[in-house]
Formats: sequence, structure tokens, C-alpha cells
Amino acid sequence: MQAKLSVVALSVAAAFALSACGKKEEPAPVAAPAPIATPEVVVKLGHVAPMTGPQAHLGKDNESGAVLAIEELNSQGLEIGGAKVKFELMSEDDQADPKQGTIVAQKLVDAKVNGVIGHLNSGTTIPASKLYFDAGLPQVSPSATNPKYTQQGFNTAFRVMANDIQQGKVLGEFAVQQGVKTVAIIDDRTAYGQGLADEFRKSAEAAGLKVVANEYTNDKATDFKAILTKIKSKKADLVFYGGMDAQGGPLVKQMKDLGIKAKFLGGDGVCTPEFMKLGGPAADGEYCSLPGMPLDQLAKGPEFKQKFNAKFGYEIQLYAPNVYDAVMVVADSMKRANSVEPAKYLPEIGKTSMEGVSGKIEFDEFGDLKGGAITIYQYQGGTLNYVATLGGSPVAAAVAEVKDAAQAVAGAAEAAGTAAAAAGADAVKAGTEAVKAGAEAVKAGAEAAKAAAEKK
Amino acid sequence: MDIFFQQVINGLVQGSIYALVALGYTMVYGIMGLINFAHGEVVMIGTLVAIAVTSSLIGAGVPVAVAGLGGLAAALLVCMALGWSLERVAYRPLRGSPRLTPLITAIGMSIILQNLAMIIWGRNYLTFPPLLPKINYEFAGAHFTLVQVAIVLISAAAMSGLVFLVYRTRLGMAMRATAQNPAVASLMGVNINRVIAAAFVVGSALAAVAGVMVGSYYEIAHYQMGFMLGLKAFTAAVLGGIGNLAGAMAGGVLLGLIEALGAGYIGDLSGGFLGSHYQDIFAFIVLIVVLMFKPSGLFGEKTGERA
Repeated sequence: MQAKLSVVALSVAAAFALSACGKKEEPAPVAAPAPIATPEVVVKLGHVAPMTGPQAHLGKDNESGAVLAIEELNSQGLEIGGAKVKFELMSEDDQADPKQGTIVAQKLVDAKVNGVIGHLNSGTTIPASKLYFDAGLPQVSPSATNPKYTQQGFNTAFRVMANDIQQGKVLGEFAVQQGVKTVAIIDDRTAYGQGLADEFRKSAEAAGLKVVANEYTNDKATDFKAILTKIKSKKADLVFYGGMDAQGGPLVKQMKDLGIKAKFLGGDGVCTPEFMKLGGPAADGEYCSLPGMPLDQLAKGPEFKQKFNAKFGYEIQLYAPNVYDAVMVVADSMKRANSVEPAKYLPEIGKTSMEGVSGKIEFDEFGDLKGGAITIYQYQGGTLNYVATLGGSPVAAAVAEVKDAAQAVAGAAEAAGTAAAAAGADAVKAGTEAVKAGAEAVKAGAEAAKAAAEKK
Repeated sequence: MDIFFQQVINGLVQGSIYALVALGYTMVYGIMGLINFAHGEVVMIGTLVAIAVTSSLIGAGVPVAVAGLGGLAAALLVCMALGWSLERVAYRPLRGSPRLTPLITAIGMSIILQNLAMIIWGRNYLTFPPLLPKINYEFAGAHFTLVQVAIVLISAAAMSGLVFLVYRTRLGMAMRATAQNPAVASLMGVNINRVIAAAFVVGSALAAVAGVMVGSYYEIAHYQMGFMLGLKAFTAAVLGGIGNLAGAMAGGVLLGLIEALGAGYIGDLSGGFLGSHYQDIFAFIVLIVVLMFKPSGLFGEKTGERA
């Protein structure tokens, strides 16, 4: 009886373990196979993000972005090099752990994938990039923002997001604008958190702010009271956090519990719905930044948001649009090279020039995103409110201006239309004038763009 | 000075939670000599069950206090059942096998429970509905909340209840007898299987209480939250002398205090050479030093009375 029971127990355990593994490895099903007419090649794209562990929610968000992109590519029925191409996602879990990151990187290299989308974290992306470089495998990270990633001289490393030098600088300048004099800096000792905190520190000190405390935590912590108590004794006006939302949320809450009146400021890692959920009312009125422009202000943003919600039934957390773009960059380069061979399409990635969901994508000689605006947001009652877009290239700013002008035209035309319906012929004249005014606005916008480009 | 006082409060609250979880490790170790590494996961399950029940009760219009009690009751029931089945499924069939074997099953059970929780509750962080009103007290410049006061009081009550159970009831006597010598105890008419199952059930009940406290303190829960907490509580149990009830309590509170004070003062003490990221190292240095001079932990010598 005893032995029998243990056998039952073991098989139950094994079943659980298997089902758990199965769940983890398998990305959501990707499009139905197309009818075979031309020869078909399967293009395997590796995707790496933490699918388990404290950042699993962000990893899942990334994977969803990739799944969406691949599904769309397959439904387009692309032909590259005379063969019908079917994209397949090979999704791996690096647990946001650098050691695990290199293990799964090796796995992808051994599986001979055609390209890699990832990883999510700088801490895992940087060590893994060496393996991809050695294998000649193009790597496009959607969200690794640590500057080091593209400064290693690897021609295979690209990212579709502004790096932390740009973000840290903007955040430092923004802190000065907020009228603070002293800042305390906390980071989570990951390549991302530490990198961002260092860039913020440089920028804040250059702008004349005094850094009164440097404290550290880790990316698995839940209790920050000890370091916050210390910060309280240093009387900082602002607490900057370099790290992710799972720690940032409880941290901002514990600040309020301890009666700390300082403001809170963070980077892209805390600019998520999850942060507001975890921080609750304590997050209200605080600020964070995200590389790029707000989705709503971009041409393809609202459409992407709608597609994402319709497909998955949950909100975009953070980097899904960037992951989507990263997949599209790879597919686009393959198209232009007319080959899915890594060695053949790699040179084309550097020449990318496309309008992605997250904005214009062009790379500089290091593989960094050109331009790269940073947008500041304020948390307000569970939503992220747009505050300002800072930095970035003048071209990006000019593009925004042109877009504003175009909107003005549309608005004017609409107003003219309604007026016409009400008042008749006279109004039509007024309407045409309004359109003319709108057209002038467009012209002004275009001139602004030109001027800005020249300034650059 | 107010900062020092604040750090002591921080450490005391954290330490109370460690102590409550450490008791679960120490009870099982005292009786069976087994380190139940799945204990941290029992805490996690307790928190997640409490969240699920409390949120749905609040959603159904039940008053928060009643919903909280309902969540606690559900967590207690589920955790006790879980503790019992863990013992029945993973440890009892292996009783009498080499000591390493149940240790491996314990780690295995821990992984299974984590993945199970991930499948049921998903990867996202869950927020714990605030059970107690947010009242902020200020005393001598230090801030503390009603939740923190409740945590210290409830863990003190739970621990006194456990001490009463072990030293003043027949079951407790049977536990102590089994701890001293299972063979002789069974000859004296003690049902060993029942006693061991009871130790798991009681330990898991404490874990459920700890789980609800952790949840309402940080207002956040995640399927991997049990791992680190379990590790810290295990350290606390070793620090106090594993197998010893008083040791686990003292070890827990001490570890909490060391961590808070370590994080608060290590930077200043080392002249900025070591920062607050060394707070865990600080805690483990204390552990190593204690074990060097007292290998069985602070209270470890009283093995005769372990429970």
C-alpha cells in the first residue's frame, strides 16, 4: 500500500512538473499553416525574456508583442528568396538572471535560430550578446537600455529603444525643473538599475543638485523600510529609483508609510500599470519617464493598442510595442536582403529606416536608435498622464510639430464641415478659408521641421 | 535617535514575520530532523488564498473586516490541508530513508507548489486589499502603522499559543516525546504518524497567519514570494538553534533587527566602503560568527526539550 501510494504521488508530481514545463516553454499558438504552393522555409526567431520570477509579467508582455508581430507576418504570406516564409517563435525564459541568460542564449545558438529578439533586461542582454556575436547571429533588444550593450564593438547588437545616457540626462534635467535641491538615489544593482542611476547621478550633479544618499536594494526585495529610514534622516527632496516596477511600487508606498515627504522619480522600469497597481494612491502625483513618444501620439500607436487588447484581453504593460518593432525590423531586413541567412541580412539591419509602432527606427553606427526622445509621465489615479517629451533629435520633435499641424487642419476642416451644414454657402467660404489656414499651418510645420533638421 | 528607533521598529515587524515562519521549520526539524524547504511555499499559498477569498468577499459586498477574517480562515484551512498532504505524500513514504532523500523531495515540492501557484494565479503581481484602516502613528519621531502594531501583537499571540500547545497539552507532550525518541514514544502508546502530521498542520497554520500578515503589510503577493522569505526564516531558525521553539522566535526577531540596523548603519560604520546592498551579508556574517562559537545556534543546546 505504502509503495503504491508513493508511486501515485510521484506520478502526480511528475504530471504537475510536466504541465508546468509545458506551459512555460510553449508560446501561444502562431497562425495556421498556409496552403503549400511555393516551397516553404521556416524562419525561427528566438525570443528571450523573464517568463518566471519577479519580472514574469513584463516577460509575458514582451512575448505577446512578439506573438502579435509574427502572426501578422505569417498572415501577409511573405516571400523571401523565392520561397514562402513561415516565421516561428522560439520563446525562452532567462528569469532576468544573467547566468540563465547565457544558458538560453547558447540554446538558441545551438538551435540555429535565424535571429534573436531580446533580451528584456540589460543584465541578461549584455552577457548574452557575446554569444550571439560569436555565432554571427543578429540580436535586436527591445528594452535593454544600458549603454554598454552596444559599446562592445559587436556588429550583431541592436536596440530599438533610447539608451540610459539619454534617459538619465533627461531625468536629471527634469528633477532640476521640479525645484528640488537634494536627491537620494536607490538602485537595484542590476545592469539596468545601476546604469540608469549612474547616468541620473551624473546629470543631476552636473545640474547642481546635491546627492545626499546612495542606497541599494535588489531585484527580488519587498522591504525597503531600512534604506528609506536612512534616506529620511538625510532629508532628500527627491528619491530616484533605478529599477523595476515590482520593487518600485512597494517602495513608493513604504515611503509614504514612513512619512517621507520627498518626491519620487523613476525610469522606464517603473513606468507601468503594474507600478500603479502596487503603489496604489502613494504613486499619485509622482513622475516617471519612458524612452520614445507616447503611443497615442504616434501614427500606428492607437491601432496597435487596440489590436493588442483585442487579441490578448489585457493591457500593454511596457515594452510590447518595442518587441513588435524589433520583430518587424528583422523581417524588414530579411526582405531587403532577400535572404533569411543571418550573415546575409545582418548588414541590412543597420540600414533600417522604417516607421514602427514606437516611432521612427533608424540605427547609428553602434546599433543604437537614432534620435530617441524621452517622455515624462505623471501617475494620476491609475493612469499615466503625458507631461512632456524631452531630448531626442530635433527631427523627432519636428515630426511631432508637423503632426500637430496636421491635426489642426483636420480639426479646422471638421469645424468647417459642421458650419457648412448649418449655415450654407457663406459658411463654405469660411470653411475653405479655414482649410487654407490649416494648409498654412502644415507649411509652417514643414518649415519648422526643415529648420530643426538644419539645426541638427 | 529617532532614526535608530525607526530602524528598530522596522526590524521588529520584519523579525516577527520571520519568527512565525521559522517556527514551522523548527517544529518539523525538532520532531523529524527534516528541513521542510516547501514551508516558504506554504506561506505563499496562504497569502494567495487569502487574497482570492478576501477580494471576492469584498467584491460581493461583505464588510472588509469580515472579508479579512474569511480570507484568514480560508488560508488557515487550505494551508493546514496542504501541510498535511505534503507530509502524507512527500515525506511519510520516505521516512527511514537516508536523510538526503526527503530533503530533495522537499525542494521538489517547493518547485511544484511555485509552478502550481503560477498556473492558478498567473505571473502578475497581486495586490492585497488593505484589511486595516491606514492609521499612521508617530512616536518620538518614528512612524508606524496600525498594520505593523497588529503584526507584532498577532505573532506574539500565535507564538504564545504554540508554546501553550507544546508544553501544556497532551498533544504537545506527545510531540516532545516523539522529538526525544520516536521509537520509545511509540512503545509508550504515542501514535507517531498522528504526531508528525499534527506538527505539519500546526506549522502550516502558523505559515498561513504569517502569509496573511506579509500580504497585508506589503499589500503585494507573487507566486515566488515564498522562496526568499523561507530562506530568511530558515536562517533565523538556524541562528536561534534549529529544533528549538524559543530559538526560532529569538532568531527571527534578531535577524529582522540585524537586517534593518545593518542596512541603516553599515554605510556609516564602514565609512561609505560598504553600502546597504551588503545588508544580507551583514546578516549572514552574524550567523557565521554565532555558529562558530555556538555550532548549534543561540538556544541550540537544549535539544532534550525540542519540540
